Amino acid sequence: MMKKSRRSFLKVAAVSAIGIGAAPAISLSSSSNSQSTSNAVKSKNHEAKTAKRWGMVINCTKISDEVAENIVEACHKNHNVPDFNHEVNTEKYPNTRPVNHKQEVKWIWEEHFKYAFPDKEDEFLADKYKNLPFLVLCNHCKSAPCVKACPTQATFKREDGIVIMDFHRCIGCRFCMAACPFGSRSFNFRDPRPFIEETNPDFPTRSKGVVEKCNLCAERLAKGEQPYCVEASEGAIVVGDLEDPDSDIRALLNENYTIRRKQTLGTEPSVYYIM
Amino acid sequence: MLEIAIKGSKKYWIWLTILLVIMTVGVAAYIDQFINGLMTTGLSRDVSWGFYIANFTYLVGVAAGGVMVVIPFYLHDYEKFHRITILGEFLAIAALVMCLLLVVVDVGQPVRLLNLFLYPSPQSVLFYDVLVLNGYLGLNIIIGWKVLEAERNQVRPPAWTYPLIYLSIPFAIGIHTVTAYLYCGLPGRGFWLTAILAPRFLASAFAAGPSVLILLCYVVRKFTKFDPGWEAMQTLSKIVCYALIANVFFFLCEIFVVYYSNIPGHVSHIQYLFFGLHGYNSMVPWMWTSIILMLIGIALLIIPWLRNNEFLLPFTCVMIIIGTWIDKSLGMIAGGFVPSPLHHVTEYAPTIKEVMITLGIYALGLIILTILYKLATTVKEEVRG
Repeated sequence: MMKKSRRSFLKVAAVSAIGIGAAPAISLSSSSNSQSTSNAVKSKNHEAKTAKRWGMVINCTKISDEVAENIVEACHKNHNVPDFNHEVNTEKYPNTRPVNHKQEVKWIWEEHFKYAFPDKEDEFLADKYKNLPFLVLCNHCKSAPCVKACPTQATFKREDGIVIMDFHRCIGCRFCMAACPFGSRSFNFRDPRPFIEETNPDFPTRSKGVVEKCNLCAERLAKGEQPYCVEASEGAIVVGDLEDPDSDIRALLNENYTIRRKQTLGTEPSVYYIM
Repeated sequence: MLEIAIKGSKKYWIWLTILLVIMTVGVAAYIDQFINGLMTTGLSRDVSWGFYIANFTYLVGVAAGGVMVVIPFYLHDYEKFHRITILGEFLAIAALVMCLLLVVVDVGQPVRLLNLFLYPSPQSVLFYDVLVLNGYLGLNIIIGWKVLEAERNQVRPPAWTYPLIYLSIPFAIGIHTVTAYLYCGLPGRGFWLTAILAPRFLASAFAAGPSVLILLCYVVRKFTKFDPGWEAMQTLSKIVCYALIANVFFFLCEIFVVYYSNIPGHVSHIQYLFFGLHGYNSMVPWMWTSIILMLIGIALLIIPWLRNNEFLLPFTCVMIIIGTWIDKSLGMIAGGFVPSPLHHVTEYAPTIKEVMITLGIYALGLIILTILYKLATTVKEEVRG
């Protein structure tokens, strides 16, 4: 009973709603309720992009500073990620206190090689790599330490490999932030809304006191669309099914030498970098 | 028995009033944090736990340290500890209440705390920490109360309390082991990722807890007619001595492994703490102070005539308490989070509000401790007199 989550409640609610419109469906599905649930969800979203395990390949050679900036902006704007450099509308938000930039929120951002790959730091690293912008984000690890750490299952792993959060369940203990070896998580130290220039109504804003991070644009994939970063990347970022040998992403992995961040820790990151 | 708590001298009430004032200041600071979020703290994206969790870790140790009087008395029939066992148990209660409150003020959404029980997550170490901390608190409340009540009525404690007493021993070890596991099971934090962490936590706890207890014995002797007994205090000081030596030894083991293996992900944290990293060195004076205080503490406790000096012992205890506090709270948090997983150096210092909230919690802990100790000492005076 305790396992009955908000999500499963929503599923049941959705099925019930369909049931009201189509009474015969109830008698059909009464023998196997769970199956009819998944059928109902599938029939609603046959446009959705699906995968056994989502992964990402970032072609670092194709990402210039400009492209990187566009990607970060596309992601953050559309996900209502607060920008602490944004000038606060004092009429709407009077008495907003000064910001502490160390408390910023970010989902995807640029790092130099030695920070993105601290375990691969090299005295004699080729110059061309030294100043490249490496985009870092949640790795959607196959064995995610943050999922293990979360004491309320507010961070959980979907069947398709996406590590995602329920912002309404998170108690803000920040154990996941201590657990993540990639610094991919941010905490809302304050109400983020005064720092959102233009709110995207299609995605929730967060409240103070919860953790957040990249969700691999699960909300876009569900509508059959590509993630924002992929769209803005001018072909440098590809997402796809790592488990499907015929997928584009597997072709890329087959043709190129790729590296992952801190793979020796065994968390099995799903984000690959073409050097 | 509670009626004892409302009959006290002028000093007793002044002391409680002072604590209440400090607590109120803490509450005021917390209201601000509750409304505006943890932006009021010095925490950051890179250092996401700070003063609250640091003091939490230390106080879990103080609570666990109480077992150092329970084991000799209940398992080895060491009679000298008969008088102070209750002091150890009551200290544990106050420390645990502070621990739980420090967690409450640390979370971003305290109103959602019940989610811990609505969605129990057995794969999370925090789940077990909540269980053992509350379990140990419950055990100590029941045991302490029943044993004191029995003493007042001059009967043996009910038989059913004994299994609980024995159960409280693994629980005491458990609270600190699980608290260490919170840290040492995380793959990306080289400073914490060491099997010696739980033993080190326990060693430092068994030094810090009994040190606090010795100090409290002095306070009790000065302000009440109850004498905990000098011999019991001396035995405690020996326990502190060996535990402190173990703590420093475990630390040196860690230093050897880290520096001889020379793995950067492990070296950089200790380098930051003791020598500074990339010019950031705010922890350096603290850490060396801690080491020096612990070494002096060992020297003062290992030499018999210094250890047996009734005047010197409280100062030794204060040094050890400060030394282990820096080591386990400040050092454990700063060392773990700096440098960050991406090897950026973001330093941390608590804000005044953060310190005020923490002091408010300490004040409440002292209020609980004062009342419980008043009960214990009054009952013991009654029985004796």
